[in-house]
Amino acid sequence: MTEIKNKHVQLMQGNEACALGAIKAGASFFGGYPITPSTEIAEYIAREFPKLGRYFMQMEDEIASIGAMIGASMVGHKAFTATSGPGFSLMQELIGYAAVAEIPLVIIDVMRFGPSTGLPTMPQSGDIMQARWGTHGDHSIIALSPSSVQEAYYTTIRAFNLAEQYRTPVVVLLDEKIGHLREGFDISQDLEPKIINRADFVDKAATSAGGGKYLPFANTPSGVPPFVPLGQGERYHFTGLTHNQAGFYTADAEQVATFMHRLCHKIEDHVNEIAEVEQLDCAGADCVIIAYGAVARSAQEAMMELQSQGYKVGLLRLKTIWPFPAEQIREVCADKKLVVMPEMNMGQLAVEAKAALIGSGVPFHSITQVNGRLIAPPPIMQAVIEQMAEHSVKQGGGR
Amino acid sequence: MKRLVMKMKYEVRFSGTGGQGIIRCAVLLAEAALYDGYFAAQSQVYGPESRGGSSQGEVVIKDTPIYYPKVTVPDVLLCLSQEAYNKYAGDIAEGGLLICDSDFVQPDGREGDTVQLCRLPMLETARDKLQNELSANVLALGVLVGLTNVVSAAAVHRALANNFKAKILPLNLTAYQEGFQMAQNQAAALNK
Repeated sequence: MTEIKNKHVQLMQGNEACALGAIKAGASFFGGYPITPSTEIAEYIAREFPKLGRYFMQMEDEIASIGAMIGASMVGHKAFTATSGPGFSLMQELIGYAAVAEIPLVIIDVMRFGPSTGLPTMPQSGDIMQARWGTHGDHSIIALSPSSVQEAYYTTIRAFNLAEQYRTPVVVLLDEKIGHLREGFDISQDLEPKIINRADFVDKAATSAGGGKYLPFANTPSGVPPFVPLGQGERYHFTGLTHNQAGFYTADAEQVATFMHRLCHKIEDHVNEIAEVEQLDCAGADCVIIAYGAVARSAQEAMMELQSQGYKVGLLRLKTIWPFPAEQIREVCADKKLVVMPEMNMGQLAVEAKAALIGSGVPFHSITQVNGRLIAPPPIMQAVIEQMAEHSVKQGGGR
Repeated sequence: MKRLVMKMKYEVRFSGTGGQGIIRCAVLLAEAALYDGYFAAQSQVYGPESRGGSSQGEVVIKDTPIYYPKVTVPDVLLCLSQEAYNKYAGDIAEGGLLICDSDFVQPDGREGDTVQLCRLPMLETARDKLQNELSANVLALGVLVGLTNVVSAAAVHRALANNFKAKILPLNLTAYQEGFQMAQNQAAALNK
């Protein structure tokens, strides 16, 4: 019998990697309601959390689930859930509450084909705009999009870190194709990313224990007030009403405007720290493909095949969807001859990318596919070749 | 029957009816491929039902990283239902291999002349000889590995041990061996 060549590698599913990432990040509360294609996350957590002395609560629906998460996070838990489009829709009202009350949460949305019940087992990157604007009113949000099983693990850890660092709900937008994909991951080689905790930002001097009065919604220079969980010595007020620095309702025009600007700018002003993109062969490329999630894998294969045919093509992969990395896209793409953007939706994020390139004069071509299947490399290649010809970019470079 | 030689990219599709263990079969092959040092990606297409309806599991095995993770032109197709055959047989690569259950699938030639056809009573053998129809998926994996040698015996055994509890592992090892032996016999008969 031959020997085993690779002893440590595991065949792991994307959903399982998210659950492992949450455990690694220190998540201590899961409130959720099972829904395809995210259910494996709840199953894994239901099995593992009790052994770790952490809390798993299956609620009666998604509205109650996010309510339970908010309560858990208020008293200091790292709280998360796993859901999909229909459940994510039900959570929207309280996502607004969590945004305005500045409560860290992680929502793993394994996106399925919609709208409505749609195709429960099939993929669509349909929740890009729901993640951004699903709840009413101006606010900002963080949403991340992993492209592999291994990246699902690290992205989930990062989601928890960002939630604590920016006191905000963070959405992990996982394509069904990544959530259900199984591939090799050697977790014994874990890069051991830094884990960020709420207490890291609480300066004793900023709390009433330090002599002053603790202001739970203070106008700090970073825009993010330190969060002392309820039950840890500070008495203060949470409300969904627009509030002052102490947390009580205010309709004072100046205070309201100050609050709203801080709420949006605490994230948008840090877009370059939050938004991660990956560039592959973009320098010197005539054409850049912008992609995210599962489609980025098809785009990478298309890129490699096109390069072998002599085309100068690069890939700009968006690992972060919100805040949108408009400046980074401009920097990479503004001097290119063509930008194409394949998406498993009707072009939800292409609207933003196109807007980022206004004034640059770069031809922008959106590729959309909404048939319940992952876009394969050939339609991307075909679009690049056709568009390159239309904008008369010769093969092998040169103008 | 000649053994398929490992090449840069190898694509396998398992198809049948929901509840036959099609996806588990794909998981076992992908896991074994990882243990053998290859890159592997396993995915599936299934309906909202947990039993009945068509089920399809697929595995891409490469010796370089896998980007697009789906099977496009399978080198090997396993069909445990007529519906699966009708749906997928036309996709097989030229010179590929089609493994069908001989009782439940009647090929009509849509796979093309270049495809090697292997028809074996996999579901019947699992039911009558092994007294457990549920083991047909692992028996089918034995047939597939027996005909292709795509993964090593050590890797498959490790994958089986990792996927089945101690109580049902012996049955699955037996089913795997049975399938492997059926493939050997078939190959010997064809080589005569």
